Amino acid sequence: MNSSIDLQVEDPFAAAMIEVDVRGRSLWVDAWHRLLKNRAAVISGIIMATMLLLVLVGPALSPWEGDFTDWDNTSAPPSLETGHWFGTDSVGRDILVRTLEGGRISLLVGLVATLVSLVIGVSYGAIAGYYGGFTDRIMMRMVDIVYALPFMFFVILLMVVFGRHIVLIFVAIGAVNWLDMARIVRGQTLSLKNTEFVEAARACGVDHHAIIRRHIIPNLLGVVMVYVTLTIPQVILVESFLSFLGLGVQEPMSSWGALVNDGAQDMESAPWTLVFPAAFLTVTLYCFNYIGDGMRDALDPKDRL
Amino acid sequence: MTTPVLRVQDLTVDFTSYTGGLLQRKERVLRAVNGISFDLNASETLGIVGESGSGKSTLARAILGLIKPNRGRVMWQGEDLTLLDEEELRQKRKEIQIVFQDPVASLNPRMTAGDIISEPLWTFYPNMAPLQVEERARGMMKMVGLLPNQINRYPHQFSGGQCQRIGIARSLVLNPKLVICDEPVSALDVSIQAQIINLLKDLQKKLGLALIFIAHDLSLVKHISDRILVMYMGSSMELSERDALYRRPLHPYTNALIKSVPIPDPKLAARVRQDNWLTGDIPSPYDPPKGCIFNTRCLYKVSRCETDVPALRRMEHGDWVACHRAEELDLTICQDP
Repeated sequence: MNSSIDLQVEDPFAAAMIEVDVRGRSLWVDAWHRLLKNRAAVISGIIMATMLLLVLVGPALSPWEGDFTDWDNTSAPPSLETGHWFGTDSVGRDILVRTLEGGRISLLVGLVATLVSLVIGVSYGAIAGYYGGFTDRIMMRMVDIVYALPFMFFVILLMVVFGRHIVLIFVAIGAVNWLDMARIVRGQTLSLKNTEFVEAARACGVDHHAIIRRHIIPNLLGVVMVYVTLTIPQVILVESFLSFLGLGVQEPMSSWGALVNDGAQDMESAPWTLVFPAAFLTVTLYCFNYIGDGMRDALDPKDRL
Repeated sequence: MTTPVLRVQDLTVDFTSYTGGLLQRKERVLRAVNGISFDLNASETLGIVGESGSGKSTLARAILGLIKPNRGRVMWQGEDLTLLDEEELRQKRKEIQIVFQDPVASLNPRMTAGDIISEPLWTFYPNMAPLQVEERARGMMKMVGLLPNQINRYPHQFSGGQCQRIGIARSLVLNPKLVICDEPVSALDVSIQAQIINLLKDLQKKLGLALIFIAHDLSLVKHISDRILVMYMGSSMELSERDALYRRPLHPYTNALIKSVPIPDPKLAARVRQDNWLTGDIPSPYDPPKGCIFNTRCLYKVSRCETDVPALRRMEHGDWVACHRAEELDLTICQDP
């Protein structure tokens, strides 16, 4: 029966090749290479990395503190002479430092809330989709009920009960965002659990946990990753919206949304207080969207050439 | 007479679907497998043929316990698999394995060939040393005609035929006693089909496996089977020794299937083909015909076929058939000119 093998061994080149293991190229590696070919995504990635670096180390390098009031320069326009490159607000605080510090909060909210929704949503959706039937029905009806709660009402209620606190923003956004994730993951799981490789795993006696871990989750991570990159800007925007309404972070802490809110009040007299935070916010949102688009194209298995 | 390793008795699988809205819910029952019975001896090959939708794959999954049968028994070495709980059934999976139809879809695209072949070992021998597992996986790859140095490759880096070899390696890694091949070659090129069938035959001889080989093409089954079960709309029509079935089919449906195999020589084809085409479509499985299930398409139908359901009965030479007119019909196939 080894005839096919023997044949190949007679070929000296093949015989030499058998000695060395061929390296595999996983779908992740393929997708990564496709992503690197997407110029918009790569540029966005570089901008975001720079932005992250700026936000983390920038305030420490600046001569100003975020809550320092420069009485000599209130509502000062951007200028190199005063040292306020982005100008100051009506109480003389440096806009550059405040924008960078606000970026910390905005990005932190985006990342943490998304991570929370990722962990809860993926496990919840995978379990509901995989076990199906009664379990699925109960779990998804619960999602529907939470979904039906008006978001603003929910946030205001939290604020009233617990007072304004930054953790509450994480909780409020996370509590709503995992619902979408759970639904997406459940749908993917439903189609994955009927594939032949899952059936093959069942026929090989693999237990349910291992099937979810080894077969379901790795195969839906592509979709999930795309969704995550598109959720981060969405969460940042929601936080900005809350801050804009005055329900978000509190002074002296700030976020891009809060800064845009402040800036909008002085828009006519000191437009720089609005322009700079708004520009940072917009650039970030664009970058995440481009990265998300690039990942979607890179990970879409139908695009495989 | 040896005792059979597998004895399937009156196996029936129904699928229930619901139509209509929330208030006027209607239940529709589709009988996918209808009272199938057969025996399988050790190292024997049983071929199962039938058109698409005749319940072949459902039968295979019901034998494996992937689908719960509604009725009937699957006796595996004297033990009824349908009565086992999940954990006991899991243990039996070491002994009964399956090779799937679509070679690419049956392999997880995110796992390497080595991991796919090793997974059954991780499951049943969690304490086995990783090096030993890898050694075994390489051995299996060699056995099914793959280069062991490709162990780290992913399914999309293999061709369809190679993927099917990986699937076969996975099914054999636990040393099963029975392998069910669910149309293992229907997604492959004709030249690759022959390779895979020869591989299965060789492996069967070497390992002493019992095989259930499912196909919708009689010409394929001919090369590998000892006996052949012909299915139509979930029921068995005929169960015969291979040579007898091809020489003189007992059931008109078998006859029609044999005649519908394409003949490469047009002159020969013109002579062999007469009026015995298989006409019409399979009737709706929700509303199967009364009497003999094949009567809507049968060329030898008499009035009795529309009222009485023919039982599967044993003919004098030991083959089984479900046709009222099996004795009187002579469906001998003119083989060679």
